[in-house]
Amino acid sequence: MKDYTAKAAFKSSLPVMVGYLTLGTAFGVLLAQKGYGLIWAFVMSLTIYAGSGQIVAVDLISSGASLITSAIMTLIVNARHIFYGISMLEKYRGTGKYKPYLIFSLTDETYALVSGGNPENTDKGRYFFILSVLNQCYWITGSLIGNAIGLSVSFNSAGIDFSMTALFVVIFIEQLKGAKSKAPAFIGVICSVLCLAVFGAENFLIPSMLLIAVSLSVYGAITRKESKNG
Amino acid sequence: MDKTLHDILTVAVIAAATMSTRALSFIVFSEGRKIPRVVLFLSRVLPSAVIGMLIVYCLRNISPLAYPFGAPEFISVALVVLLHLWLKNTLVSIVGGTVCYMLLIQLVFV
Repeated sequence: MKDYTAKAAFKSSLPVMVGYLTLGTAFGVLLAQKGYGLIWAFVMSLTIYAGSGQIVAVDLISSGASLITSAIMTLIVNARHIFYGISMLEKYRGTGKYKPYLIFSLTDETYALVSGGNPENTDKGRYFFILSVLNQCYWITGSLIGNAIGLSVSFNSAGIDFSMTALFVVIFIEQLKGAKSKAPAFIGVICSVLCLAVFGAENFLIPSMLLIAVSLSVYGAITRKESKNG
Repeated sequence: MDKTLHDILTVAVIAAATMSTRALSFIVFSEGRKIPRVVLFLSRVLPSAVIGMLIVYCLRNISPLAYPFGAPEFISVALVVLLHLWLKNTLVSIVGGTVCYMLLIQLVFV
């Protein structure tokens, strides 16, 4: 059973392996171009561990932004993690000794995998833990490879960060296939597009989250009423 | 302040800020505490809504009114969808879409 859990976790992690090796490479190259070497890539990927957050971090560090600016920018860019936390409250309950690391390592990509729950006959805590550790290993490896490439050869990596978009599109399709109701997925897209049009690319994330939370609550109230009446 | 020391402190601040956004919900609704019904409901429907939001987030810098009108993104996302519905292989879908996008922005829509 133990082996089964580890195998299942490894198998689930494969899409993120591809995504993180390419995206990590993009981060590593970027960091190298700003003059920061392998030790920086390693420490940042080990301690910060955030995909898009780390790409923003490269800018903050290399431009010498003040500590307060860095803190506020990071809080804004990563505010969506509050949502991940809310949706993992139940699934991460009772995971005991694994829980602190599970919370620390809840990146976009890891969230996309663990939000689907654990496969049947697997040890929940251990499955989530192995999956999360593997993902961080891929990320660290990717960032080191990218950093080494960036320091030695010139490589046109423009567009490599599309791997993150592609990963989310794939997960979106998978979730639509498996979902009882497809409404929440489309509520998410519509609210975000609306807020993007109104607030612009730099400021739309937090309004989107609020609008999604309100819309989903209304949607929940309506469906509850319908199921009572019907 | 010395630049290297400032860099180290910046990394530490960013790490702490990132961790706090991840931990907040778990601290507010710690184990043993009852989770309100509306939050429980949200926790079940949020995942698919949030993935939708992340796709929009990834594509936020497209300018639909200026060249190339988001064409590289649109073509590559369409390719990912087609590849995935056809072959159902996640790795092929991601690598195919990414290579297509890189070629489009580096060679076609320059």
